[in-house]
Amino acid sequence: MKLALLSDIHSNVQAFDTCVADATARGATQFALLGDFVGYGANPSAIVQRVMTMVDAGAWAIKGNHDDMACHVPTATSVPTRGEITAAWTHAQLSESERAFLDALPLTHQDGSLLLVHASADSPERWRYVYDARGAAASLAAAVGLSADSRYVFGGHVHEQTLYYQGRGHDLLRFMPTPNVPIPLPPHRRWLATIGSVGQPRDGRAEAMYALFDRDASALTFVRVPYDHSAAAAAIRAAGLPDFFADRLARGE
Amino acid sequence: MKLLEPGATLDGFVVDACIHSGGMAHIYSVHYATTATSGPSDPGFPMAMKVPRMTAGDGAENIVGFEVEQQILRSLKGSHVPRFVAAGDLTRVPYLVMEYVQAKQLQHWLDEARETRRPLDPATIARLGEAVARGVHSLHQQNVVHHDLKPANVLIRDDGSAVLLDFGLSYHGHFPDLLAEELRKAIGSPTWMAPEQVVGVRGDPRSDIFAIGVMLYELATGELPFGNPQTSGGLRQRLWMDPTPPRQHRPDLPPWMQEVILRCLAPEAAGRYASAAHLAGELANPEQIRVTERGTRSKGTSWRVHFKRWIKAVGMAYKPSPLPTVQIDEVPIVMVAVPFKGATDVTLYSLRAAAQRSLGSRAGARLACVTVISPSETSGTEAAKSEASVHTRYLELLRQWAQGIDTEKHQLSLHVLEAGDVAQALLDYARGNQVNVIVMGAATHGLALQRIVQTVPMRVAMDAPSTVILVKAELPFSALA
Repeated sequence: MKLALLSDIHSNVQAFDTCVADATARGATQFALLGDFVGYGANPSAIVQRVMTMVDAGAWAIKGNHDDMACHVPTATSVPTRGEITAAWTHAQLSESERAFLDALPLTHQDGSLLLVHASADSPERWRYVYDARGAAASLAAAVGLSADSRYVFGGHVHEQTLYYQGRGHDLLRFMPTPNVPIPLPPHRRWLATIGSVGQPRDGRAEAMYALFDRDASALTFVRVPYDHSAAAAAIRAAGLPDFFADRLARGE
Repeated sequence: MKLLEPGATLDGFVVDACIHSGGMAHIYSVHYATTATSGPSDPGFPMAMKVPRMTAGDGAENIVGFEVEQQILRSLKGSHVPRFVAAGDLTRVPYLVMEYVQAKQLQHWLDEARETRRPLDPATIARLGEAVARGVHSLHQQNVVHHDLKPANVLIRDDGSAVLLDFGLSYHGHFPDLLAEELRKAIGSPTWMAPEQVVGVRGDPRSDIFAIGVMLYELATGELPFGNPQTSGGLRQRLWMDPTPPRQHRPDLPPWMQEVILRCLAPEAAGRYASAAHLAGELANPEQIRVTERGTRSKGTSWRVHFKRWIKAVGMAYKPSPLPTVQIDEVPIVMVAVPFKGATDVTLYSLRAAAQRSLGSRAGARLACVTVISPSETSGTEAAKSEASVHTRYLELLRQWAQGIDTEKHQLSLHVLEAGDVAQALLDYARGNQVNVIVMGAATHGLALQRIVQTVPMRVAMDAPSTVILVKAELPFSALA
């Protein structure tokens, strides 16, 4: 079974449609959508509609911090964060039922040896960033606490494609994958991967990121696909959102 | 795991015999238990099964090398590794089934020289070294660094080609390194280990070149350049120490051989051959090796130099390596086909300019200048047309053509090939020498006739294993005035 993992879509229809088509062409039979469907981008409603349709067809979906923020818009602070700027706008763009759908999403999804979480399995509701081996170790330990079967923890949130694994030493090691190459992840070890962002890559490259996990072969491919980021940027400008959100897409920042 | 008896079956394989009992594993010859009608059919080559002595129950630690070998062998292609057949579940019955390669271990030549007390002749050493280097380069082209090359892990087939075994300590640039740990430790066999491996560097292709250097040293002299150190201090010696020049052990060894060996054994990776293909290219053409002081020196390095290097080596520490393919792509082998029949000066000028552009501004690329002559140009009876004199004449023409190419920055070699089929000769050379870029003339090799016959440039372009640059004649602007 080939599982496509997509996270941090951020209302980017162009990137999302490209990734879904690419995953389907590569033989994906199950989709897992790891949260942050909205925020930053121009088409929150279109994305939520697509996610609702896919969930009806059997896809798994979990909630991200931006989805939570769009449902419960934080009260304006004196210096609002970038996320907060778009949260209120996104809130207004979504229908009652779309918001209800997002708000009802679970924080984690377990399927056998697989644990899916938007940020860290260590207190998922606190949206901790997994930026280093320590953060990864905490998430992995919490996942094993949730279910002793957990072998694979896949998440998003950090907008980077990274793999954490156990070397010969005690601590986890960080591995930066080469895109589009299957990496064997044998099930007798435990693995944590951040699968990157579909709609807002931040590693200096514009291509959308997602991952494909071949569960029969136990191999994970970190995928990069070019998409029409200028169309996504144009949509952001047309929606009247700050230029910064449009400009960063081409630069991958 | 305990020894398997002949006739025992494991996951559909029947054991024929135990063919090797090593410290870490048993190797058996096996065949499929099933008949052709059910289950997998015979792969068409003999198979060997490697079963580690350790099982998962003996502690995961010991089985990591086996896991690494399973992953890497599965991913490797080409004729320089045994073909992968099957792997057992590590948590249940770990094993690896692969092609059983019928060939001699490199160790065989060492043993023979020792037993007969007759040192190997330099041509044989060069031939063996070239074969190993070509095999090693094919690993590097697949992003793998072997990291445990030694005479027991290298097989030489009857046709002279090398097959590399035992990937338990190897590194694959696309996979997480299961042997790594936070505190970088030396991973490898002490006798053959490169200095950077000693400080924990993994994934530098030039570490394998060092190991080839140790093997060449042993083939040439019967001695080990750094002994077989048992302590970490002994192991660190190679970070600053030059070995005794091989000619001190064996004065009849030609200087070019010492030049090659000591260059492979340079303490800093940047001092070695930039890629194993470059090393192979040198060993294939010993008469063209540029011999420096390194090749002729007969005394060891002075203690002053060693002391300075020792100070420097104290600070040598772990650094991550770029992907192996990224490293070897920076030092390509460029082949230029130089025609002398019917080629104008303008053509020859343009070819040289294109070759220089392809070498790039960075040092380290290698240029192979090739010309193909017709067999009818040489004659077995006329002295003036003897093969040797015709070849010498063309080599001189190539040497003149290559003047102006910076041989300090780039290695250069000249080749006269005799063949009726020019395109085939160029393609064979490019394949055999792991060429990255082919530069050839468009017009002189008959591109204009393409509509009528399949011309040489088109045939080369279509079948080449590499990029092909077709050069059109173009005079420099200054010459037009």
